[in-house]
Amino acid sequence: MPVERVDPELVEFDVRTDEMLINMGPQHPSTHGVLRLVLRTDGEVVSSAAPHIGYLHRCAEKIGENVSPRQWIPYTDRMDYLAGMNMNLGWAMTVEKLMDLEVSEKTRHLRVIVCELNRIASHLVAAGTYGLDLGSFTPFLYCFREREKILNLFEAVCGARLTYSYIAPGGLIADLPPGWLEACERCLGELQAVVPELHAMLTSNEIFIRRTAGVGVLSPEMAIDYGCSGPVLRGSGVKWDLRRDGQPPVARMYEDYRFEVIAQVDGSYPRDQEYPPVPPEAVVGDCWHRFYVRMLEVVQSIGLVRQAIEHYRRSAGPVSEPIKITQKLPRGEAYLETEAPKGQMGFLVVGDGTAIPWRVRARSSCFCNLSVLTEISRGCLLADIPAILGSLDIVLGEIDR
Amino acid sequence: MIAEYLTTRFGLPEWLACGGVALVQCLILLGIMMFAAALFTWMERKVAGRIQDRLGPTRVGGRFGWLQSVADGVKLLAKEDLIPGEADGLLFRLAPYVSFCAAFCVYLALPFSNGWVAQHLNVGVFFIVAIAGLEVFGVILGGYSSASKWSLYGAMREAAQVVSYEVPLGLCVVIPVMVAGTLDLVAIGNMQRGWGVNWLVFHNPFLFITFFIYALCTLASTNRAPFDLAEAESELVAGFLTEYSGFRWSVFFMAEYGSMYAMSGLGAILFLGGWHGPIPLAEMLGLSYANHAVLGWLGDLLGAGNFLCKAFLGVAAMMWLRWTLPRLRIDQVMTTCLKYCVPLAAAMFVGTMLWTYALPGGLLPRSTPLGAVAEAPPWTAPRAARGERP
Repeated sequence: MPVERVDPELVEFDVRTDEMLINMGPQHPSTHGVLRLVLRTDGEVVSSAAPHIGYLHRCAEKIGENVSPRQWIPYTDRMDYLAGMNMNLGWAMTVEKLMDLEVSEKTRHLRVIVCELNRIASHLVAAGTYGLDLGSFTPFLYCFREREKILNLFEAVCGARLTYSYIAPGGLIADLPPGWLEACERCLGELQAVVPELHAMLTSNEIFIRRTAGVGVLSPEMAIDYGCSGPVLRGSGVKWDLRRDGQPPVARMYEDYRFEVIAQVDGSYPRDQEYPPVPPEAVVGDCWHRFYVRMLEVVQSIGLVRQAIEHYRRSAGPVSEPIKITQKLPRGEAYLETEAPKGQMGFLVVGDGTAIPWRVRARSSCFCNLSVLTEISRGCLLADIPAILGSLDIVLGEIDR
Repeated sequence: MIAEYLTTRFGLPEWLACGGVALVQCLILLGIMMFAAALFTWMERKVAGRIQDRLGPTRVGGRFGWLQSVADGVKLLAKEDLIPGEADGLLFRLAPYVSFCAAFCVYLALPFSNGWVAQHLNVGVFFIVAIAGLEVFGVILGGYSSASKWSLYGAMREAAQVVSYEVPLGLCVVIPVMVAGTLDLVAIGNMQRGWGVNWLVFHNPFLFITFFIYALCTLASTNRAPFDLAEAESELVAGFLTEYSGFRWSVFFMAEYGSMYAMSGLGAILFLGGWHGPIPLAEMLGLSYANHAVLGWLGDLLGAGNFLCKAFLGVAAMMWLRWTLPRLRIDQVMTTCLKYCVPLAAAMFVGTMLWTYALPGGLLPRSTPLGAVAEAPPWTAPRAARGERP
């Protein structure tokens, strides 16, 4: 390369002496797992943040091409380990779509119950750790206390507290134990009482608002361009929820349910419950709105579980049995996205006539949600990085798979 | 006083007598500070536990886990003495003790009751504010010498924050001093004798507001949440403490709790009547030196209890805030200081000045002391006041 004669002043500016490169992670308290961010900072100002992933890669997809769909269920548990039920559901429904299976009404409603409960649990973790990211310890403990109650319910259903493997292609591994629905209703009542507490400690706290309002603004266009989904997309004011807008199997699962997609459209959220007002500082698409959408979805999911309990009580017959491990898959492929707590979780399965899929692929919502970090954190302060990252609510197990 | 007694009665050389007395005083104060730090570590865990709807420590030392601090201390002492390879060894070792000394020296001039002070200074307020500000050097040294970028961030934040908050803190301290007309903490404390309305915080509305600004600045200058940016664990791993472990870490820790208690004690003297309770119990019971020396001493003991309780409540409020609020961002911390605290404190300063000029007696009628006035024992007056060579 020929040496060009350049202005010495330009050279002076080109050699960056005032910037510092910092590794945030993979061992850092607020990267939500083993994420590594390379920050380029000038004092407290972060000029760029580049996420480096792959520290939790476990070859899940490759394993899926060596075991039968029924056997791969435990591996889906370990993707988004905060929402194992939803991961199970995504894979189970994809395989059902490939095999053209129908599940009974009772199974459908029971799936809604456990998935919405798990959505609540996942959002509680998101809210609690978000408080932790902002330096507030107490909400974390409050959220985990409530989450424990949901985990107790799950334990009663399937024996596991984190990796459930409860929903399997073709049905469910077991029906509910006696007395479970009453315990669940009690738990929902207690949950509903806690939500105002969380609003008081975080959502409407002055310091919380100042830390999150107007920080990390993600425009709806950018959110769509980057393939963001879930509360991150809805926090930017896009009314899109696969439970309503998804492919037929997903939308059909929720067809008897009354709910509204939670996103701020025309300056207001759907008002079907009491919650604190939007502060004037907040801009649609900022950290505050992403957090707020999650908090509203908690209440929404409580309502959905209540509806599902009613439906479940009304539907007769047994729950569907899952497919056998040796069940042969038809030739062809199926791809289905479901609305997991963190966004759209997609699974692809290609069958070749044997019991073992020829190709398995998982589309992670957190991966797309994380990819906007570089864009929305440009020029923010160092303390905003955990605030933005926390509001994206990522789980590295799902990103790296 | 005791030194003079030893010299005259036992014929000890003056340097030995003074040195011995100073040593004993230091040991007593060190004991108080250590005990306070241990107590507050335990209390913080209990308070945090209760606020978070859990129990906190329950196992060590019986039902309430009151030996938890001792267990923690033993654990910390038994840890490996670790200094990072790239660190500046000397400064790294020195830093915790700089912080600790600064926090400890504050106690030298802090009266615990009427005349119960290790070194009675007629510029006590000035001394305490100056020495308390030195604590930041330990933090800066520690952050700089750790050779970690996160530590450096913590140190720089601390430097920026503490230096900024010294300004409104100084202003807030000057206002009660101006009303009292003296920098002598014992004199300021004794001035607020009588019923609770005599406390300086109720002297005028400006002082009342100043008290809250002072409380805010205390939080910031002792590096407590929501101003704990120097060790913000969600951003800077552990800030300037990132590379510290074991005993050195615990020394930083003790310095933090020591200065929390000292600053809240200073606030108690400057605003909340010091060792005088809201009800002049000592005077009602006739516990004064006018009646008998022992009774006077008992009155002072009651006063010391009063003072410790007030300072304790201040620390409890700090803990309460820590477990309730999220942390501020660095720009918001600086804005709070420069845009709100400094102008507000300056306005309170001017307001109090005008008020003292117009209404020197204060807003509320000063309650007259009941019965015999509790005179200070003669030895508590500064040497100059006793007509001696200072």
